[in-house]
Amino acid sequence: MAKRSAPEVNAGSMADIAFLLLIFFLVTTTIETDAGLNRKLPPIQDENTPPPPLKKKNIFQVLINQQNDILVEENEMELGDVRQAAIDFLDNGGQGCDYCQGKRDPASSDNPNKAVISLQHTRETDYSTYIAIQNELVAAYNFLRNREADRLFQMSFTEMEANFNDAQYNGDKDLLESRIETIRDMYPMKLSEAEPKESK
Amino acid sequence: MSKFKKKKSGDLPAISTASLPDIVFMLLFFFMVATVMRENTLMIQNDLPFADQVEKLQKKDLVMYIYAGKPSARYQKQYGTEARVQLNDKFADVSDIKQFIIEERGSKREELKNKLTTSLKVDGETNMGLVSDIKYELRRAEAFRINYTTRNGDASQNFQ
Repeated sequence: MAKRSAPEVNAGSMADIAFLLLIFFLVTTTIETDAGLNRKLPPIQDENTPPPPLKKKNIFQVLINQQNDILVEENEMELGDVRQAAIDFLDNGGQGCDYCQGKRDPASSDNPNKAVISLQHTRETDYSTYIAIQNELVAAYNFLRNREADRLFQMSFTEMEANFNDAQYNGDKDLLESRIETIRDMYPMKLSEAEPKESK
Repeated sequence: MSKFKKKKSGDLPAISTASLPDIVFMLLFFFMVATVMRENTLMIQNDLPFADQVEKLQKKDLVMYIYAGKPSARYQKQYGTEARVQLNDKFADVSDIKQFIIEERGSKREELKNKLTTSLKVDGETNMGLVSDIKYELRRAEAFRINYTTRNGDASQNFQ
């Protein structure tokens, strides 16, 4: 008997199978959001020890009330103006700050090391408003840090941090770390998130 | 009926679909590689707020997730519309957070324990009261590194 050649396998349904798998993965795919604002919480303090004394002029008070209005130093303010107000406060340089470029107003903060931003909110404040304000305050710090990093090391601070976290970066990481520390010391992020106020 | 069946001799040949599987496979492989399977089934609404000064969360395995928000529509009959906390796959009470953190910490290697970050995935409409309760519990559990997980976008979008 003559050898019969094997019949060709019908590949017509391959597309269907592939489509089935494709649709499964399409449906299960979620684009994960894995970025956000990093914060460090303070340890719980003993209630008997009084808080360290701070001059009133070194505190920048931001309050969000239950109607989601923003009160900066007891004046109402739009969200868009918060960033500049925070920059002006941090960068004031009343005394002991030779790199500050602010107005050196004696009624505002002494220097960035002493300046504290106090963010207060009520229990009824919306989370999204709170995040918007946090974002603006972080932006104020980032602006000042970028400016100083650009001046001293010709590289922006956010870029330095991105490089430091990048596993593929092939520069000198120890040098980078010390530079990041230098900038962080110049404008330390002193952002206090107090317990919510009881709404009246 | 022959009117419909008649074929013109100059008809175009059918387009070959032989390469269709290849194209579909290409797409399939892309989605297979890009897929991250969800770890938790969300039982709450979770529209994260927007922020643009974000930092990326580095190591996925060193992140603990805490979700909060209103129960989604199918759970509202059972759990009401008040914002709640979700840990893993279950609704939880705020006081369960400490136990949750301790369990998560116990499952990690010793040298990595102080690098754990807590990611707060909280719905934008949640009241801050719940969030500060969560934060207080985290402080009690000594999990100080937190991340307010947000979507990337301009902060003014939060007011719309």
